[in-house]
Amino acid sequence: MAVMTYIQAVNQALKEEMEQNEKVFVLGEDVGKRGGVFLATAGLYDQFGEERVIDTPLAESAIAGVGIGAAMYGMRPVAEMQFADFIMPAVNQIISEAARIRYRSNNDWNCPITIRAPYGGGVHGALYHSQSIEAIFANQPGLKIVMPSSPYDVKGLLKAAIRDDDPVLFLEHKRAYRLLKEEVPEEEYTVPIGKANTVRKGDDVTVITYGLCVHFAKQAAEKLEQEGINTEIVDLRTVYPLDQQAIINAASKTGKVLLVTEDNKEGSIIGEVSAIISEHCLFDLDAPIRRLAGPEVPAMPYAPPLEKEFMVSPEKIEQAIRDLAEF
Amino acid sequence: MLTVLRINMPQLGESVTEGTVSNWLVQVGDYVEKYDAIAEVMTDKVNAEVPSSYSGVIKELIAEEGETIEVGQLMCYIEAEGEENEQTSSAPAPESNDEASVEQNMKTRYSPVVMRLAGEHQIDLSTVTGSGKGGRITRKDIEKVIDSGQTSTVDNTEPMSTQEESTAEQEDLEEFTPPIIRRKTVQAKPGDREIPVTGLRRTIAQNMVRSKTEIPHAWMMIEVDVTNLVAYRNAEKDKFKENEGYNLSYFAFFLNAVAKALKKFPELNSCWAGDKIIQRNEINLSIAVAHGHELYVPVIKNVDEKSIKGIAKEIAQLSNKARTGTLTKDDMEDGTFTVNNTGSFGSVESMGVINYPQSAILQVESIVKRPVIIDDMFAARDMVNLCLSLDHRVLDGVICGAFMSHVKAILENISSETTPIY
Repeated sequence: MAVMTYIQAVNQALKEEMEQNEKVFVLGEDVGKRGGVFLATAGLYDQFGEERVIDTPLAESAIAGVGIGAAMYGMRPVAEMQFADFIMPAVNQIISEAARIRYRSNNDWNCPITIRAPYGGGVHGALYHSQSIEAIFANQPGLKIVMPSSPYDVKGLLKAAIRDDDPVLFLEHKRAYRLLKEEVPEEEYTVPIGKANTVRKGDDVTVITYGLCVHFAKQAAEKLEQEGINTEIVDLRTVYPLDQQAIINAASKTGKVLLVTEDNKEGSIIGEVSAIISEHCLFDLDAPIRRLAGPEVPAMPYAPPLEKEFMVSPEKIEQAIRDLAEF
Repeated sequence: MLTVLRINMPQLGESVTEGTVSNWLVQVGDYVEKYDAIAEVMTDKVNAEVPSSYSGVIKELIAEEGETIEVGQLMCYIEAEGEENEQTSSAPAPESNDEASVEQNMKTRYSPVVMRLAGEHQIDLSTVTGSGKGGRITRKDIEKVIDSGQTSTVDNTEPMSTQEESTAEQEDLEEFTPPIIRRKTVQAKPGDREIPVTGLRRTIAQNMVRSKTEIPHAWMMIEVDVTNLVAYRNAEKDKFKENEGYNLSYFAFFLNAVAKALKKFPELNSCWAGDKIIQRNEINLSIAVAHGHELYVPVIKNVDEKSIKGIAKEIAQLSNKARTGTLTKDDMEDGTFTVNNTGSFGSVESMGVINYPQSAILQVESIVKRPVIIDDMFAARDMVNLCLSLDHRVLDGVICGAFMSHVKAILENISSETTPIY
């Protein structure tokens, strides 16, 4: 097995799927000759040519719209939004067309598009390069939102997303791109969409989170283990629709639940997780459900101290777990 | 003032977490202005020059050319006009709300899971000690009670210090209900401290009331000359401690003597079972261990089969477990006779309460030097009192006297030949 970064795993998954299925093609800004601003599509242009690795104009509504149309005609497009922040012009296409078409056409049509977008902060990207956008799309039945937390999951989930017969929004944390490395099998595998993953077992406090925060939570848990506090960590992997049973099981196990997201707190994914727990787990709760999230501020600030204040960190998670353990 | 400051690997672009120093543009001793380029760094996205964060003289280059280092890691030291640039920890300061008032209420604030588990296992929550914030009872506290098998408390608690009997015996034993008459209510006066009764304290109380009200206690005391034992033990104890790592206590010798005597007089190793007396086959000695305000009575099993070393080792292990609160139910079970080391806190005579449902308890008092007449001459001897409380339903003075004399004989004749340590 080779050690791969998160971004190399993206590249590997795209390459494998394009080799296996000629209907898979990539489109987006700078994805061709430049190989993408983060080098997610590096080498694909040379290997598959300009007809399957398409540089587009700076028009996200067109990237989504072209992709959706091609998908409805049987292609398997992987559309890249250069930054998740830029997805806004494409929201109408994604929500009103891609997510609805199967239902609207009474199952005659479907739309197997994958839309990749780097999200998240902690990279001095400021307002237009740091946002978390998952909550905007997280109440649109017909759409799936996948947010992997590790290189292994990236490869398996991206392949599963491309093969999925319905639209998948695939959100990659840009800070994780070169921060996270691990051994990733070179052979074929997929990771199922819609299933959460228990990444650590423990019986004192349950942390439910996703994306880069999983990495932070693991760091906090390792430190706390030395104090005798054992943390169960569940990685949601797919944030819409949620894996309800996994959430219920994990919350019931310890009765003390910490939910973590980098997004602004109110109206975020973890609010829905909290609702599932309170609907199903009342008699297993041993403490109030706690949320650790970004502040109610319009966007990630540029100034480093403010960005640090906004971001979730291992230290903040550690303190929150300790508070719950002691409760 | 000149101070030596750090220059760290800067963040050279979004998503970049590390960079490779391709070459240094400065040498040690060079003067650089703030923002002058000091090194070229290559990342997988960009090649860039690293600017100096200060004006000053380069003191030491830490990163080597070709070395890959993480963002934020040290690249070099520079001596510059001092401006402290210490990074502060990003851990949020703990909120200080009115904790005192929270603590007050937490003991009786039960979470849903605690209420559910208490209901399912008939646990009286007022008997459970909470380990959470402000003494709150947590899920784990309840699970501990369930695991210890101490459910259905209140009325028929089997205290941890007594033995689990077979079901048939249990029923017989429980036919007797001690006639407890509630004292009239005791009121605290202003300034008095009210200390809530913990689960363990309540168990001790119930056990004591049961023993004292059901068992007709009788009492006797003998004095034993343990001068030989003291000399023997003092000669061996340092070497023993060095070899084994724990103390060679007097108590081990007393347990050894009691076990031998019980083998000869099994009548004392028994219990009252209503319509019969059960004589125990195994000699398992309960020993009382106090920790803080709590009393634990762990058990050393089959003492008659163990050497002095083996007994001393178990005493050390059990005391340690009591101190660290890690005694298990197994450690507390199946005692058949109790030996209590009252001498350890200076007592010279005491009347033990029998450890229900056993039939006797022996108290080993302090060893004290006393003048004693031997062959019409005074001698300074090491003397100890042994006090026996007995269940007069099971035992009489004659048999107990014979037992005590035997214990005395064993102790007074202790030497390396009669009682080897190994």
